[in-house]
Amino acid sequence: MATAEGYDPAVWRQMSEDLALPGIHIPEEYGGAGFGMVELCIVTEELGRALLCAPYFSTAVLAANAIMNSGTDTQKSALLPDVARGARLATLAITEPDGNWDPASIKLVATPEADGYRLDGVKSYVVDGQIADLLIVAARTPRTVGRDGLALFALGATTGGVERRPLESMDPTRKIARIDFRGAHANLLGSLDDGANAILRTLDQAAIALANEMVGGAQILLESAVDYAKLRVQFGRAIGSFQAIKHKLADMLLEVELAKSAAYYAAQAAAVNDPEWPALASLAKASASETYLRTAIECIQIHGGIGFTWDNDTHLWFKRAKSSEVFLGLPSYHRELLMQRWGV
Amino acid sequence: MSKVSEAEVRAEVREWLAANWDPELSLVEWRSKLADSGWGMPQWPKEWYGRDLPHGLVRAVEEEFASVGAVGAAKSGVRLLAAATLLEHGSDLQKKKLLRRILTGEDTWCQFFSEPGSGSDLAGATTRADLKGDFWIVNGQKVWTTSAHHADHGLLLARTDWDAPKHEGLSYFVIDVKQPGVDVQPLKQMNGHASFNQVFFTDAKVPQENLVGRVGDGWKVAMTTLAHERRGVDAMSALPRSGSPKGRIYLEERAETEKANQPYTWYPQRAGRVDLIIERAKETGANKDPYVRQEIAKLLILAKSADWTARRARAAQQQGRPQGPEGSLGKLAGSHVARACSRVHTLMTGTDAMLTGRESPRDGIIAEILVSVPAVSIAGGTDEIQRNIIAERVLDLPKEPRFDTGPFRDVRKN
Repeated sequence: MATAEGYDPAVWRQMSEDLALPGIHIPEEYGGAGFGMVELCIVTEELGRALLCAPYFSTAVLAANAIMNSGTDTQKSALLPDVARGARLATLAITEPDGNWDPASIKLVATPEADGYRLDGVKSYVVDGQIADLLIVAARTPRTVGRDGLALFALGATTGGVERRPLESMDPTRKIARIDFRGAHANLLGSLDDGANAILRTLDQAAIALANEMVGGAQILLESAVDYAKLRVQFGRAIGSFQAIKHKLADMLLEVELAKSAAYYAAQAAAVNDPEWPALASLAKASASETYLRTAIECIQIHGGIGFTWDNDTHLWFKRAKSSEVFLGLPSYHRELLMQRWGV
Repeated sequence: MSKVSEAEVRAEVREWLAANWDPELSLVEWRSKLADSGWGMPQWPKEWYGRDLPHGLVRAVEEEFASVGAVGAAKSGVRLLAAATLLEHGSDLQKKKLLRRILTGEDTWCQFFSEPGSGSDLAGATTRADLKGDFWIVNGQKVWTTSAHHADHGLLLARTDWDAPKHEGLSYFVIDVKQPGVDVQPLKQMNGHASFNQVFFTDAKVPQENLVGRVGDGWKVAMTTLAHERRGVDAMSALPRSGSPKGRIYLEERAETEKANQPYTWYPQRAGRVDLIIERAKETGANKDPYVRQEIAKLLILAKSADWTARRARAAQQQGRPQGPEGSLGKLAGSHVARACSRVHTLMTGTDAMLTGRESPRDGIIAEILVSVPAVSIAGGTDEIQRNIIAERVLDLPKEPRFDTGPFRDVRKN
């Protein structure tokens, strides 16, 4: 967390080589473990609980899914095995400096040229953008608007015309970068016909994985608050014996369990391709975002003054909760998306 | 007991139904056959109108009944709670006298637990029973008694020892409701319905043989009743029957059901009617208001998540795993859903929410939601009590200091 890279390469090697986690959901023919969304979400839940600093969300959740959702068989064979064994860090660049998560707002242009495309434009809030070896970029072909002309492109991060700048992120456990593309050469992933769907699918999968990461974090915050309420004595009693604290903790438990149910259900729905799963992705994301942040706020509140200090780790989860609330779209954005997807 | 297979049970019940089921019998005639054969409550003990069937096979029996359209034993109201309590704590004499008429539907029951002074704090009951000669003499007041106005018997929790600590001075009785010392008055609620009663006892008499368990065991026995009440809610789902129900018995059954359900017509409204939200959003045009859309989404996220959480709890139970925290959260979640529904229905209904009755939207159903939802977070244990239970039993937080120990006589009364 404290380094510029934002993660410990030794731990990443263990996760990749001993546990094969980056490829857990990648089919075996592309070097992965061959599981699906449910297993991926079990991993993100645990990582959220531990608040592990590692390029997992960027590489495994965003980039790997983007490649699987868009790439041709040849492209998947070329890109996924290195991603699956953690040898190549990757990320997905979607949002631009306007911070909009609706792919229809993408402005970055991909212009056809010999042997591929040239990218011109700016991406921002790119998770692990400063350390990724491989960039997957959402862009549009010239003179298109809305969801037309959208597609995903792949290029090495050191390609000419790519300029990366780390952003100062409030959440020190999730590093983000701004990336300028000035005529950078890239390859189209898959075809131009299905680009918008591949992007939306990737974002919805990411929303579900993030929801599970968030409920993992909320759960440990709840446990931390309960432990502290049993330990801390004021007025001659453990503060957990006061109803003011007890009832707050009971409410927190209820909220965390509700958010868990939504996150688990959405993961299962995506795994079996239930037609409702994109709506449930938005539901789970909105629910977990609100819950994680509220649990973090109440956890600090129950800790009292000590909870507001740098030495007490609660602030790290609070900051992750804050960045996760906004990352992939605010709860209000996802609630509106949910209503549209339910046809209301 | 030897293990029986589901196929054997199905074959046996099918054969018995073929020989005995007749829709032209009266309800009581038919249910007498059920009681004598044990097929009415097959999970009960053999010696008490059952067949010792494992709980897992009861569904199969119910399915066989449903497939020929056969009526089951009487199950409405408090009667099964009374039966479960008597099976566990009752004397043989009580079981012999009371169980059969519970199953045939000839007797109706009610529950005298809550009092004006003891709602959340049930053990603080001050209705008293004093032994005089062969009878316990009961004086005091009970409240929130469903169906007391047509009940034959009541389950009564009363104080018999004022020098014992609070929970140890209570005893449990079966009281005859239709006697001069018992005065039943309907209690009108804020939504206009009168589903409950308040009941005044003035020198009401209970024969000694109607004491359930021992003197001083009342709290323990009452816990049995309440545990069954909590467990029973899920189990009461009746299966749809096949075939067209023609016969005298169905007419009698319908009348019985109507009478039993009469206090509960507003219960769906009390839970908020989340099922109406999207229809109402479309018919009122509220689905075009971005603020209301957000509120609808928040509500539906809550309601769906509560439903999934209940399903997680059931799944854990079915797999024989200990129920996780999700099990004890349902009641509290239900309160949140109901309140959110009430808020969103108001948002969507607008000024029409000032109306009630036939002139108001959906023939008064919306208005009934708005004035019924406040009951949800009170009935069956307030939200505050639920939070205490969750905090102390699930999260294992320390208990509140108590001020009601020592002889009950000296405890500050409610």
